[in-house]
Amino acid sequence: MAKLLEVKDLATYFFTPEGVVKAVDGITYDLEEGEILGLVGESGCGKSVSALSLMRLIQNPGRNVAGSVMFNGQDLLTLEDEDMRHIRGKDMSMIFQEPMTSLNPVLTIGRQLTEALQLHLGMDKEAAENRAGELLLMVGIPEGDRRLRDYPHQFSGGMRQRVMIAMALSCNPKMLIADEPTTALDVTIQAQILELVQRLGRELGTAVLIITHNLGVVARYADRVNVMYAGKIIERGTSREIYGNPRHPYTIGLLASVPRLDEPRKEQLDPIEGLPPDLIALPAGCAFRARCRFAIDKCATEIPPLVEVSEGHTAACWVSDQLGAQARS
Amino acid sequence: MQDDSVLLNVENLVKYFPVRRGIVIQRHVADVKAVDDISFFIRKGETLGMVGESGCGKTTAARTILQLYRPTSGVVEFEGTDLAVTKGKELRLMRRKMQMIFQDPYGSLNPRMNCGNIIGEPLIVHKITSGRGEYRDRVAELLTTVGLSPYMASRFPHEFSGGQRQRIGVARALAVRPSFIACDEPVSALDVSIQAQLVNLLEELQAQFDLTYLFVAHDLSVVRHISDRIVVMYLGKIAEIANRDELYENPLHPYTKALISAVPIPDPLVEAQRERIVLTGDVPSPLRPPAGCVFHPRCPIAVDDCAGVHSEGLSNERGVPELREVSPDHWVSCIRV
Repeated sequence: MAKLLEVKDLATYFFTPEGVVKAVDGITYDLEEGEILGLVGESGCGKSVSALSLMRLIQNPGRNVAGSVMFNGQDLLTLEDEDMRHIRGKDMSMIFQEPMTSLNPVLTIGRQLTEALQLHLGMDKEAAENRAGELLLMVGIPEGDRRLRDYPHQFSGGMRQRVMIAMALSCNPKMLIADEPTTALDVTIQAQILELVQRLGRELGTAVLIITHNLGVVARYADRVNVMYAGKIIERGTSREIYGNPRHPYTIGLLASVPRLDEPRKEQLDPIEGLPPDLIALPAGCAFRARCRFAIDKCATEIPPLVEVSEGHTAACWVSDQLGAQARS
Repeated sequence: MQDDSVLLNVENLVKYFPVRRGIVIQRHVADVKAVDDISFFIRKGETLGMVGESGCGKTTAARTILQLYRPTSGVVEFEGTDLAVTKGKELRLMRRKMQMIFQDPYGSLNPRMNCGNIIGEPLIVHKITSGRGEYRDRVAELLTTVGLSPYMASRFPHEFSGGQRQRIGVARALAVRPSFIACDEPVSALDVSIQAQLVNLLEELQAQFDLTYLFVAHDLSVVRHISDRIVVMYLGKIAEIANRDELYENPLHPYTKALISAVPIPDPLVEAQRERIVLTGDVPSPLRPPAGCVFHPRCPIAVDDCAGVHSEGLSNERGVPELREVSPDHWVSCIRV
């Protein structure tokens, strides 16, 4: 499959009075056409900022300080604002975490849905409204074509997220960024929404980047997974590799710290001790060192690069070879 | 009351929130049936988990038990005293025995009070310590107990991370040496790696101080880990009560089954083989709950009788299924079981 998106050495810093927050600090990854890619990490690890950087939605005091984002053969970071507007919402669109706040409460759903259709696809009002009705039906809103005059508050959380998905997919984008699409929803609704995103992604050939802190969410849906910690990607591989054979202490720790329904109950959970580092004053060497059980002297001085540990599986850790050997024995 | 080992006994607890219309003359037009006739008990020293989706009434149930909301009707018996009819000074004395940990570590701590005063406030309110020195020692002791350091007492909430704030909330709850703590989603606002730290802390404290917990949460995997028995709620009613392992190995209520199957498991190989029951539709509004079994519009195995037909021994005269004990300690309210 061809590469749709290639992110190279992307760095986004926030210049605050307290100091420079290195929210995203040199990440490189790619996304193939039609693929579902997971981006996993805890709050403050830079996963949302990295997505907003792709869309060029970073606001002051934040700035892209380095890197390139090749999308469809163009570098999005050097595009004119005007050209970027044609891509945003059309070729690349986004659904957000909070379906409650990301819809405009004073405009009807129909108005919000038809805006992009008229703007990007040049439809007239009637055609756009017909299409909007079809879209609402497509995302599974009962009698969706008759609900265009309704306002967001008349929909439940799950239904609002469906409206968001309809809006994001309205112009047949090549890529959809889903930033924590299910975090604000209940478990039974979460399952519905993820099934929907996966099904529509396949039907429309849209590549999906799912950003989440929930390891369970991506296990079922993602083809490949990137794990982020303190602004960097620290491990990458197919879901099967990441979950079955994790090679970074952070990924191992994350997997061990969640109780699992399919396994016998453990007497005690195995947490990762300590706290994530302050992004203003990152320690020298590996950012995870202070919380790491496997740290060696080298970790304090040299930042481990992302190196291949097996085919298509990379990890940024000085001792990842030993971790693999340990896991096998 | 079942026996001596029961600490808290809840019988037919109901909490409705009235909906009023009109500006001058307020007419009572409807009720939000947040908790609608629930009964269960908690044994001394155990952790009772309470799970359900948002809006199912689990938080209201916890707050009504602690009398933060006064129940519309029903009995809340704590160590033999019915709290629903206890008032004023007596109730305040009972409050020393029961405390609460709140969901939101950002909203539940006063940003203008330093951490020491937050933890120490219950000591003053309940006149537990006498004198500055004793007060300071107790605050320091509490901070150490929850894994913080005594020197942090002078810091303000914004100087702490989410996990640390939740520890402050735990210390505040422990200050009056309660026997019962209602934990309302204590870990859901925290990151995964921090959640495990707090869950372990709660378990250690339980062993150390002989605590009884009501653990309210929507995350089934965490609830299974920490609970001895589990109550599943749906739309203000109890769907099922069972021992931890029994509930996960042998769920009987169709809602429990759907809920368990919806929890994602962090392993693609396991996930690929799991059968998933995806429920259609949304949770109905507690303003107008469906007649009969409240779950029947979404239920995959519903029959006509579920919509409110009385069946002898299984449901009451309005067709609402009774909570029946189908095997020892396993209660379920479904006529199809």
